[in-house]
Amino acid sequence: MLFNEIVRLSAEHLWLVAIAVVAATAIAAPSAVFLTRHARARRWTLGAVNIVQTIPSLALFGFLLPLPFIGGVGKQTAVLALILYALLPILRNTVVGITGVDSMVRESAVAMGMTDGQILRDVELPLALPTILAGVRIATVTTIGTATIAAAIGGGGLGTFVFRGIAMADTKMILAGAVPAAIMAITADEVLEWVERRFSY
Amino acid sequence: MAALVEFRNVAYRVGDRDILRGIDLSIEQNETVVLLGRSGSGKTTLLRMVNRLLEPSAGEVLFAGRRIADQDRFRLRRRIGYVIQEGGLFPHATVAQNIGLVPKLEGWAEERIRTRVAELLDAVGLQPHVYAARYPRQLSGGEKQRVGIARALAADPPLLLLDEPFAALDPVTRFEMQQHFARLSRAFGKTALFVTHDIREALMLGTRIALLKDGRLELVARADEFPGATSQEALAFLATVTQSVTSNHDA
Ligand SMILES: Nc1ncnc2c1ncn2[C@@H]1O[C@H](COP(=O)(O)OP(=O)(O)OP(=O)(O)O)[C@@H](O)[C@H]1O
Ligand SMILES: [Mg+2]
Repeated sequence: MLFNEIVRLSAEHLWLVAIAVVAATAIAAPSAVFLTRHARARRWTLGAVNIVQTIPSLALFGFLLPLPFIGGVGKQTAVLALILYALLPILRNTVVGITGVDSMVRESAVAMGMTDGQILRDVELPLALPTILAGVRIATVTTIGTATIAAAIGGGGLGTFVFRGIAMADTKMILAGAVPAAIMAITADEVLEWVERRFSY
Repeated sequence: MAALVEFRNVAYRVGDRDILRGIDLSIEQNETVVLLGRSGSGKTTLLRMVNRLLEPSAGEVLFAGRRIADQDRFRLRRRIGYVIQEGGLFPHATVAQNIGLVPKLEGWAEERIRTRVAELLDAVGLQPHVYAARYPRQLSGGEKQRVGIARALAADPPLLLLDEPFAALDPVTRFEMQQHFARLSRAFGKTALFVTHDIREALMLGTRIALLKDGRLELVARADEFPGATSQEALAFLATVTQSVTSNHDA
């Protein structure tokens, strides 16, 4: 009975995290590429995203609740908040990965007559890939943790146990949420680290 | 014979600082012009204006008789081989992929690229079956430099630009590479602009030597006549050669 619910909520949790991380990557990676080409926009954007990161997650959920359309109690608000949190590590790592490409390598790419698009696709992105993937890994592990709080605004997932446990002062119930979440985080970390190594040159 | 490259009254300014002023220089077909000068004299800056990594603040540069400012910069660059220290090789690409890069950009067929890569590896003294599949991190500095030269030669460009290509090598390897380069550029009939601050290298490899001092051309002379030059900076460079000979005798 409890076991079935653990499986169900774990799946829900994983789904929440997957959507958030995939969406955050889809937003952050192209934005980061744009930012590597525009120094001023880069300072502003990284600053703004940094600020979002410093808002305590519960407070952020609170801020989003009253917003029309996207706000309100429910999954979409939770996912939105998780996306906002996942943006920074991916954005920052992509920028660092690309701007960190050896200037001699970039110079010789330009000097050999590669276009900006070719340099991005064939030089910068492949060289930055391990760093970008590290950003995705950090975002994933963090999101698995943050997603437990999403239950407070109806996001579901393993946080459901945690909040129920707190309300009922039931340690076992809290653990039923916390332990699977921890296992999930450690597993994700290992798997993504393995992927990262595979794409290092 | 028409000049392959021509600088006409070229200047380069950053803010209100003149880095290069009034440069007039031409590079004829099949000659190696060495740009000699102290650190900071503007050699790299001048070199980088030929393939439009930098644009002159005044004056113009011609390549094959046409202003480079009017030429498509990507096509121009693919016709000019460029060699820098340690080669600037792509760390994520094999030796073969590094060398085949410009031919690939130019749309050559796979088979033709493979043949060309093997031919070039042979030409720079690296056995294709040993080196083709290696990554740059698996090469010594000297081997990287050879690959860098092979890469610059890949699409058979009419002009080579080299910026202190051998500076990071040990003296013996450097000497071997210099001789190798001299042979190669004769064999391939290459025109080259070669930057160095090493007078011996300049004398050994140059058809002519262009001496830069504080962003101005102090002297352009044939390499065999350079030792007789009397300008102040030329004497300063020549002194480093005679000086080291003298100290050898003292020892
Ligand atoms: N973008 C820049 N902004 C300001 N100063 C510059 C810039 N690029 C070059 N300089 C200056 O121009 C001068 C010439 O630089 P350059 O790199 O051409 O010298 P070099 O002769 O190649 O020296 P080295 O032998 O040390 O490589 C130097 O004083 C350098 O500080
Ligand atoms: Mg230089």
